[in-house]
Amino acid sequence: MLAFIGRRLLVAIPTIILISIFVFTLQKLLPGDPVLAMAGEERDPELIELLRERYRLNDPLPMQYLYWVGNALRGDLGISLRTNQPVLELIGEKLPVTIQLAVMALVIAIFIGVPAGVLSAYKKGTWIDWLANVVALSGLSVPNFWLGIMMILLVSVKLGWLPASGYQPFSEDPLQSLRTMLMPAFVLGTAIAATLMRHTRSAMLSVLKSDYIRTARAKGLAERVVLVKHALRNALIPIVTVTTLLFGELLAGAVLTEQIFTIPGFGKLVVDAVFNRDYAVVQGIVLCTGVAFIFMNLLADVAYRVLNPRMRDE
Amino acid sequence: MKQSKTVTLALAFGLAATALQAQDLRIGLQEDPDVLDPDQSRTFVGRIVYASLCDKLVDITPGLEIIPQLATGWEWSEDGLTLTMTLREGATFHDGTPFNAAAVAANIDRSQNLPESRRKSELSSITGVEVVDEYTIALSLGAPDATLLAQLADRAGMMLSPTAFEAAGTDFGLNPVCSGPFSFVDRVQQDRIVLERFDDYWNADAISIETVTFLPIPDTTVRLANLRAGDLDMLERLAATDLPSVNADDSLSVEQAVSLGYQGMTINVANGAGADTPLGQDARIRQALSLSIDRNVINQVVFEGAFAPGNQPFPPTSPWYNDAFPVPERDVAAAQALLAEAGFADGIDITIQVANNPVQLQLMQVIQAMASEAGIRIEIEAKEFATLLADQSAGDYTASQIGWSGRVDPDGNIHQFMTTGGGINDSGYSNTEVDDLLNAARTSTVLETRLASYNAAREILNADLPIIYLYHPVWIWALSDGVDGFVAYPDGMIRLEGVTVAE
Repeated sequence: MLAFIGRRLLVAIPTIILISIFVFTLQKLLPGDPVLAMAGEERDPELIELLRERYRLNDPLPMQYLYWVGNALRGDLGISLRTNQPVLELIGEKLPVTIQLAVMALVIAIFIGVPAGVLSAYKKGTWIDWLANVVALSGLSVPNFWLGIMMILLVSVKLGWLPASGYQPFSEDPLQSLRTMLMPAFVLGTAIAATLMRHTRSAMLSVLKSDYIRTARAKGLAERVVLVKHALRNALIPIVTVTTLLFGELLAGAVLTEQIFTIPGFGKLVVDAVFNRDYAVVQGIVLCTGVAFIFMNLLADVAYRVLNPRMRDE
Repeated sequence: MKQSKTVTLALAFGLAATALQAQDLRIGLQEDPDVLDPDQSRTFVGRIVYASLCDKLVDITPGLEIIPQLATGWEWSEDGLTLTMTLREGATFHDGTPFNAAAVAANIDRSQNLPESRRKSELSSITGVEVVDEYTIALSLGAPDATLLAQLADRAGMMLSPTAFEAAGTDFGLNPVCSGPFSFVDRVQQDRIVLERFDDYWNADAISIETVTFLPIPDTTVRLANLRAGDLDMLERLAATDLPSVNADDSLSVEQAVSLGYQGMTINVANGAGADTPLGQDARIRQALSLSIDRNVINQVVFEGAFAPGNQPFPPTSPWYNDAFPVPERDVAAAQALLAEAGFADGIDITIQVANNPVQLQLMQVIQAMASEAGIRIEIEAKEFATLLADQSAGDYTASQIGWSGRVDPDGNIHQFMTTGGGINDSGYSNTEVDDLLNAARTSTVLETRLASYNAAREILNADLPIIYLYHPVWIWALSDGVDGFVAYPDGMIRLEGVTVAE
């Protein structure tokens, strides 16, 4: 197992290098001049030149890249052009916010997706299956930004149950923190729940057809026990993998959700950075996200091997 | 599914009803400010925060008159080359550093010489600073500068604690120390900026609010939802389309002021190869385009009638507006005649770039429809703002829908756009007569002389039309009914003197 993890980590190195080159060059292809965006309405030429020098924008591209990578290896991702804050500090500030959102969304997604999937597989072809499918499809089709605004109007403005937007760190006020995050996590979670429900349903369907389920039923086990203890437990293996891989989708969804609910997380940081051409911040975030995604993939592979002994010999 | 719903509802009920803190004012901003250093910052919302955080040498009235703030009086020398200011005694910075003439000198030095300073051009006329005594300072100018006092009424005149900026250098913005009614407490990027009442403020009696929290909420719908839900006490830049529903809501009130800025279409007349178009080379076509537009209809359709139609860099409400050229009525026949005269009797195709946000796009679509009736076929090129700006600055455009946030002194709305080689003259317009007039207006301190110069320049510019002005935005604030005493200013700032919040 250790050798497997070691091998995977080695393979990850060229991937990360590729990501860094990709992020760097793609961003330079963006039209628009970061310094022009920074210089303010007056666009003082002297200041523009100073900023170009300061951020090494006059150097050739490969030099700029090497300089950035060199610093990144030493743990310095540069400073934000917009606010003068170190990028690493910004990321450290925002990461817990998005992780909280993602974890809460995932919990909500699992609570909705897995039971719905199990039920619709079990009641395949009935109105329950049909209803679950409709709900799942709507979850996938309804855009986050629409659902988000509708929920704000209903839950916050009409009913006054939850704050409309904002953020409270969990460490400062856990209750208020959960309250502010609940709606965004629900909006983000529903989209993921739909995917999860579809995967659970198909995994359950194939498991329910297997011989050991027939045997379990022949033994006279209660239907609930057959379903939960025998079928679901085995169907969970692919579901766990899918869930880990949904992490990427969660991050992408967080960009929009954070924008709507004004949550100062990763997604909002990256959107603002792109619009302000805050190169250092965009590069830092995408690099971190890339690394995290590789790590989650590794975790999925490891989890798969832990859950499924047959995979271990390969 | 059912289980999770129950959990959701239980959480919601169990935790409902947040108690609002006493005398805390929560203000929704449209954007997150950039670095909180008046010498380095460039965003409009940053200035809103400064209005509570950093006092200036002078301030303005809603009618744009210059009034004392940290300077209690001032006097121009006969030749207009020296401005002597008397400073307020007993004012201190938030860190206890006393405010005096030496502090003013250090601040002007920083604004002029900090490499990252964005204020250099605003204070470029100051060539020498003399500390006359503890509370008197004399500024010497290389040439008369009528705009200086107005500059000192904004970021260039904000006084920062010299102790703090000498220690922090360019990092001053991470923990700003000024002398305004509120001092800096905390900032979480893209989430909040918290200020608290400064008890040693020279005008502390006028401040009844204990803490102010600025919350950047870019989405206008969400910002308004927060106000309705009671999570905000007031917000800036309410969308004009939300006005009817807010007016109908008894628990909310609205304050408005015509802004100092404008929106228009900048035409490339001589900025690189992009100027080589009939629109850029023939003023008659620009006039035809301007005549084909009904500015009142734009205001009604796109802005619910809330904004101010315009045709000059100053709004019709401004004392600098030239009444000889009122906002033109739409005249399709005249536009067609001008086109025919220019040799385009069959119509003409032009491309106009615009920032890809819904409101500006809608504006251009209305203009597109109007212009087409006069035979001007507009192709709208929607670009993300940073790209639009880069193309415009590089001269890589035919026409560009863009605006200007506006300045207190009229010079700021016209000089750098219309003079040869002006810092933001993206049109490339150059006319020595206009240069002379605008330079004269800048150096005279006599109001009538300045007005005459601007009027003469407008006459030429109205014919040449390097910028076709369209409208002047109106600042709209929405307030919950507990907030009292707020006064709307045309600079869009939120001044908290006299503002109270009821429980």
